[in-house]
Amino acid sequence: MTRFIGRRLLQGIVLLCIVATIVFFLGRLTGNPVDLMLPEDATPEDRAALIRTLGLDGSLFDQFVIFVTKALHGDLGMSIRMRQPAVEAFFDRLPNTLAVIPWALILGMALGIPLGVVAALNRGGFLDRAAGTVAVLGVAMPSFWLGVLLIYVFSVELGWLPSGRMGGPAHYVLPVITLGTFLIAGFMRITRSAMLEIMDSEFVKLARIKGLGEGTVIWKHCLRNALIPVLTLWGVFVGNLITGAIVTETVFAWPGIGRLTYEAVIFRDFPLLQAVIILKSILILSINLLVDILYAYVDPRIRLS
Amino acid sequence: MRRAPWIPIVIITVMLVMALFAPLLAPHSPIDQALRDKLLPPVWLDGGTTKYLLGTDAFGRDILSRLIYGARVSLIVAVLALTVGGGIGLLIGIVAGYIGGVVDNVLMRLVDAAFTFPAILFALLLAVTMGQGLGTLVAAISLLLWASFARVIRGEVLALKQRDFVALAKVRGCSSLRIMLTHVLPNVLNTFMVLVTLNIGVVIIAEASLSFLGAGVPPPTPTWGLMISEGRGRIADAWWVSLIPGLAITLLVLSVNLFGDWLRDRLDPRLRQL
Repeated sequence: MTRFIGRRLLQGIVLLCIVATIVFFLGRLTGNPVDLMLPEDATPEDRAALIRTLGLDGSLFDQFVIFVTKALHGDLGMSIRMRQPAVEAFFDRLPNTLAVIPWALILGMALGIPLGVVAALNRGGFLDRAAGTVAVLGVAMPSFWLGVLLIYVFSVELGWLPSGRMGGPAHYVLPVITLGTFLIAGFMRITRSAMLEIMDSEFVKLARIKGLGEGTVIWKHCLRNALIPVLTLWGVFVGNLITGAIVTETVFAWPGIGRLTYEAVIFRDFPLLQAVIILKSILILSINLLVDILYAYVDPRIRLS
Repeated sequence: MRRAPWIPIVIITVMLVMALFAPLLAPHSPIDQALRDKLLPPVWLDGGTTKYLLGTDAFGRDILSRLIYGARVSLIVAVLALTVGGGIGLLIGIVAGYIGGVVDNVLMRLVDAAFTFPAILFALLLAVTMGQGLGTLVAAISLLLWASFARVIRGEVLALKQRDFVALAKVRGCSSLRIMLTHVLPNVLNTFMVLVTLNIGVVIIAEASLSFLGAGVPPPTPTWGLMISEGRGRIADAWWVSLIPGLAITLLVLSVNLFGDWLRDRLDPRLRQL
């Protein structure tokens, strides 16, 4: 188990190094990074100071060493627009995003998993096709547009729910639905195919031969095993949620890291974007690592292979 | 055999015609502003006129004309990104699957990495560092596509490699390159076409999302994502500016996905698991 975790950790670190390297080179690809990293009204002294701290008068390799050393000390530059360290800006906003993501995940599972089970039990039947249609529609709708549509229906026309900003529980409803909808389809599909596979296996046949009730067979024998592949999807979905949060938080003016990413893009705040990308990578990789460990714990076949 | 999905085919055809013949079909210029006619509702609502069938936006630009020209951007980006991203994936899949060993191992680790890491973040980074534009957009979306192509194609190639005709070609002294090009490639093209179709929707949504976030083709070129973004602030008094282009995206993506499902069942039913 330790070896398994160690290997995964190493893979994550390698990946992170690749991300950091790409970020570094993209920042230097297009002429002078000083232009990307300073506000337009910067004085020549500011420029000279930044050139010194980033080592821009040295070779590209020296610059890279400086970049990595600073990054390891938690310094990813100053945000141009907010005039505060980019890392600080990220951690100020992170809790607001983490307050929404679990609810979206719960919504996705609470609807997706039962739908998947129902679809598998009615394979080829009306309910299967109905669930399939819901899934196809959920994938076809751009989530930012779904957000705008929900605002129009529930905030503008009906006036039931607030259209944005953070606040009490009512403020969470629309962002969570917007963010969770595309997960429903994902959870449904994977549950359906896992259920179909397991319902066909020997131990389920045995359970039936033993004379167990259909309910026990489906819920205790099939679903519990079908949930294992569902678990692996968590890693992928959390990555999707963190990127999905960019458009969702933009639509709902939600002050999280997604909205921060959007602001970094439209204000061309390169240091902030660079920090956001590296920190989000760390976040996504850590969650994936946790999911892998959990997966290996639940399913011994993984850690032994 | 499932019957052909006629409604999706009709919708796709209409959108294609719109994109190809935009200058002939659009009743107005998609860019020229007519501030006196701003925020007019669609023709079926009170205050709508037949001059602007789907209404106008905050600058008095005709929504229908912008929608028609916007189809163009979606189409161009889809064709280019699927050619570049899909092509790279095809190449990597064939090489990894056929050569195997260390090459396969390294390439597949890269594919895993690409799946873990959200390409959209790189797309945003590219837009900020290299500037907005068609080239950046295509590069960014290709980055999003290649890994899934590579993974599926590699799987196909692994199976093909075991077949007799590949062994025969080897015995006859064909080089690896020749086998890959003349024996393996033609046999994965069906799968490739199915993947292309199934990914059109992915590309359209990615393009719209990037445009929405201000990282797509720069304004004033009309794109569907940008239209939604521009209309979102006026949702309380002019819903049509934002909701109509979103409806177009949903309809088109839904149609290509249904068409793709059908094509997959026809050409390559083994891909059902995708």
